Amino acid sequence: MVARLRFPGSRHAVVWLALLFWALTAQAALPIQHWQTASGVRVYFVENRALPIIDLSVTFPAGSSRDPQGQEGVASLTRHLLTLGAAGMSDAEIAERLADVGAVLGGEFDADRAGLSLRTLSSERESGQALEVYARLLQQPDFPADVLEREKARVIAALREAETQPDSIAARAFAAALYGDHPYGRRQSGEIATVSALRREHLVELHRRHYTAEAAVIALIGDMSRARAEGIAEMLSAGLPRAQQAGAALPPVAYPAAPVRRVIPHPATQSHILLGYPGVKRGDADYFPLYVGNYILGGGGFVSRLTEEVREKRGLVYSVYSYFMPMAELGPFQIGLQTQRAQGGEALDVVRGTLRRFIDEGPTEQELQAAKDNIVGGFPLRFDSNRKILDHLAMIGFYRLPLTYLDDFVRQIDQVTTAQIRAAFQRRIVPDRMVTVIVAGDAE
Amino acid sequence: MLKRCMAFLLVLLPAVALAGNIHEFRLDNGMRVIVQEDHRAPVVVSQVWYRAGSMDEFNGTTGVAHVLEHMMFKGTEKVPPGQFSRIIAAAGGRENAFTGRDYTAYFQQLEQSRLELALQLEADRMVNLRLGAAEFAKEINVVKEERRWRTEDRPHGLVYEHFMAAAYQAHPYGRPIVGRMSDLEHMTVDDTRDWYERWYAPNNAILVVVGDVRAQDVRVLAEKHFGALPPRTLPPRKPQTEPPQRGERRVTVQAPAKLPYLLMGFHVPVLTGAENEWEPYALSILAGVLDGNASARLNQNLVRRHRTALEVGAGYDAVQRGGTALFMLEGTPSEGVTVSDLEHALLWEIEKIKHDGITEEELRRVKAQVIAADVYQRDSMFFQAMQIGKLEIAGLSWRLLGDYPARLQAVSAGQVQEVARKYFTSQNMTVAVLDPQPLDENRPQLRKEFTHGR
Repeated sequence: MVARLRFPGSRHAVVWLALLFWALTAQAALPIQHWQTASGVRVYFVENRALPIIDLSVTFPAGSSRDPQGQEGVASLTRHLLTLGAAGMSDAEIAERLADVGAVLGGEFDADRAGLSLRTLSSERESGQALEVYARLLQQPDFPADVLEREKARVIAALREAETQPDSIAARAFAAALYGDHPYGRRQSGEIATVSALRREHLVELHRRHYTAEAAVIALIGDMSRARAEGIAEMLSAGLPRAQQAGAALPPVAYPAAPVRRVIPHPATQSHILLGYPGVKRGDADYFPLYVGNYILGGGGFVSRLTEEVREKRGLVYSVYSYFMPMAELGPFQIGLQTQRAQGGEALDVVRGTLRRFIDEGPTEQELQAAKDNIVGGFPLRFDSNRKILDHLAMIGFYRLPLTYLDDFVRQIDQVTTAQIRAAFQRRIVPDRMVTVIVAGDAE
Repeated sequence: MLKRCMAFLLVLLPAVALAGNIHEFRLDNGMRVIVQEDHRAPVVVSQVWYRAGSMDEFNGTTGVAHVLEHMMFKGTEKVPPGQFSRIIAAAGGRENAFTGRDYTAYFQQLEQSRLELALQLEADRMVNLRLGAAEFAKEINVVKEERRWRTEDRPHGLVYEHFMAAAYQAHPYGRPIVGRMSDLEHMTVDDTRDWYERWYAPNNAILVVVGDVRAQDVRVLAEKHFGALPPRTLPPRKPQTEPPQRGERRVTVQAPAKLPYLLMGFHVPVLTGAENEWEPYALSILAGVLDGNASARLNQNLVRRHRTALEVGAGYDAVQRGGTALFMLEGTPSEGVTVSDLEHALLWEIEKIKHDGITEEELRRVKAQVIAADVYQRDSMFFQAMQIGKLEIAGLSWRLLGDYPARLQAVSAGQVQEVARKYFTSQNMTVAVLDPQPLDENRPQLRKEFTHGR
C-alpha cells in the first residue's frame, strides 16, 4: 500500500501526545478513577463495558536515560527480557500460555519510560491465565543468561545494520549533536561495545533499582468493575521490588552554545535532513503555545506551512514535518525531511526560511483559528478506542499530570494567542544555534 | 493491500462485529454503500474505495493509479487546490488516501456530526476533478521522492520489488504499486486524466462508513450527494492470469546494507467466496502455525532454539482481487549463518509439516488467536472499515466477515498438511536474496533517471 503521506511515526509527540481536548463542556472527557495500591503503586482506571476486552499496562521510569555509563543498552534489554523468562517459565512457555488464551503482550520503551502492556479477553478463564503470566513477568523475571547472549547478538546485528541505513544514521547523529553527554543523546538500544559487555547482573540491578512499586504506574481500561480493577492492581503490584532510595532525577539539558552541523557521506539517492533544538518538558508553561504553533508550522500534516512551502509549492519532498516531544527533561524540537540529494541545499534553505519567518512573525489569526478548529473539533478522535485511552492513562500517570489534564488541555488550547505563540517560539528556539544533520548530501 | 503482508491480524482477517450491525444498499447509479454502526465513541470514519489499483495499469504508465490519488487533492471547480485538506482539518478531521494493487481509497475521520462534509467533498471530486499541468508538474516530483524514499534507498523495498517481478511474469501483481521510475519520469497529466475518466465513477466505487451514525441517515446523505452522479461504462477487465510456474526462480539484489535478507514465495489460491472452498482457510491457519504468535514455529525454532535467524516471518493474504496470492517466508540470518543455510532451515520447517503435519495443540492455539483477534479488532473503527472495503473490492462480500472465524475453526490438521504438500514445491518457488554491499560513501547510485533531474 502506498499512501499520499507518511506520518512521522506514532512515537512522535504531535501524533499521540497531542491528545486530549474535550470540547469546552463541563463534563470530564474521561471518567478516570485513581487510587494507590497497598504497596504505593499509582493506578489509573477507566471502566468500559462496550467490548469484552481488558487492556492494561505497567510503566516504570526505566527508559534508556537510566542506563549507567558504560552500560548503554541495559535498560532496553531489561525491558525486552521481561517477557523471555520468569518464575522458571522459559520464553517458549510464556509465549504458549499467553497464546493459548489469545492474549497479546505489548509495551513501549523510550528515553524516559519502560512499559509492558497486556491485551486479553475479559472472560474469566482467558483473563485469569493471562494475568497470572503477566504478573510473573513483572515480579519475577529470570533474565536467563543464555537468552541474554542470544538477544545481545540480535541487538548488535541490528545496530550494525542501522549503521548502514541513512535514516538511522541521521537519527543517531542528531541525538548525539543535540544532547551531547546528556542521557537523551544516547541510542536507546545502546552501542555495540556496551551491549557486548553487558552481563546478567547488570539487568538484575537495573530491574531492582527502577522497576519498583514506588515508581510504577498501572493503567487499566475495559470490561471490569472497580472492585476487579482493584484486585488486579493489588495482584500486579504486590510482588514488585521496593525502592531502596528515591530515583535520582535526570540532569537538566544544556542548550547548544553554538550551531552544530554534521554532514555524513552516504550513497543514498536522497539526502536525509534533520534540524532541531532542545524543546519542552512535560508540564512546561510554554507547551500549549508551542503545541498550537507547531501544528501551524509543521505538525498539521497537509495544512502546515512547511508542507505548503516545501512540498505543495515546490515539489521538493514527499514528507516534511516538525514536532515537539515533551519529556521529563527538555525533549527535542525536530524538523525532518528527505529529498533528492542534488536539491538538498534548496530544500534546507526553504525550511530554514520558513522557520525563521514563523519565529519572527508568528502565525496569522486565521492560521490560529484553523489550528484551534482542528485540535478542539477533532478532540473525540483522540480517544475513540481503548488502546488510545490506555496510552493517555499511562502518560497522565507517568508524568503526574492532573486527572483533569484532558479537560484543562482544551481550555489551554482555546486560550492561546498569536502573540503567545510568537513569544514562546522566540523564547525557546534559537535558529542560529540549531543542530543540523545531513546524511547523503551533495549540496554542501 | 499492504506492500508486505506479514502481519497475522491482516492475514487472518478476523471478523467484524455481528453482521446485524452492517447495512448495505445500492444507489440508482450503481454506487454501493456499506454502513457499520458503532456507537462506542462519537466519531465516524468514511472511506470511498475505487475498484482501480496498480493491477489495472498498463506498461509504460505504471504508478498512474497512485499519481492520480495524489492529484485528487489538487482541486475541483468548487474547491481550489489544497483546500480539501484545509476544509477537513477545520472540521477537526484527519484525512488521507492510499493505493494498493486492487484499489485506490480515500478516507476521513471526523466527529460524527461532520460526516456530510466528507461525503459532499468526495462526491465533488469523484466527477469534477481539475487536472492541471502546473499542479501535475510539482506533484509528480513529490511521487518520485516518495519512490526514492520507499524503494530506491530501502534494501528490503528493492528486494520486494524484484521478488514480485520474478514471481509474477504475466500477472500485473508483478509491477510496483508506486510505479517504475522511468514511467514516472515520462508520465503526463493526460495519463492521469485518462485514468480518472476510465475508473472514477459511482458505479466503480464503494462507500464504507463505520461509526456513531444511523444507517438510514447515511443512506439519505449518500443519495443526496452521490445519487445524481452519472455512471460510466467501465472498460472490460482482462484477467491476465499467471501461468503455472515451471521451475524455481531466483533473483539477487545488491544494495548498501550490512545484513543479508531472504524472501521466498509460493503461488497459492485466494478466497473466491465459493461455498465449499477450504484451501485459503487452511493456508491462513498454516501462516498462523508458522508465525501467528510469539510461540509459533518459525520464531520458536529458528530464532530461539537454533539461533539460525535474527528475524523470521511468514505471511499470506487470502483477499486479492487479482485472484492469486503468494505465501511468503522471510528472514535475516544470524551472524555466521549464510542465506543459503537460512533458506534450508525455513524449507525444513515446511518439510516437517508436509511430513508430520501439525499438532492438535498448535491448531487449538491458532484458533484461540482467531477468536481473540475477532474481538480485539472491534476496538478500531478504521480497521473494521478497511476489512469491509478490502473484501468488497476483491469481489467478496462483507458477509464473509461473519463466517470467517467459523470457517477457520473448521480447518483440520490434515487439511493444513495437505495444502503444505500441494503448494510448497521447488517448482512453485521464487527466492530473492539481498546481497549487502559496503557503503561507498561518496558515490551515489547514479542511474539514468537520476542524472537528468528537473
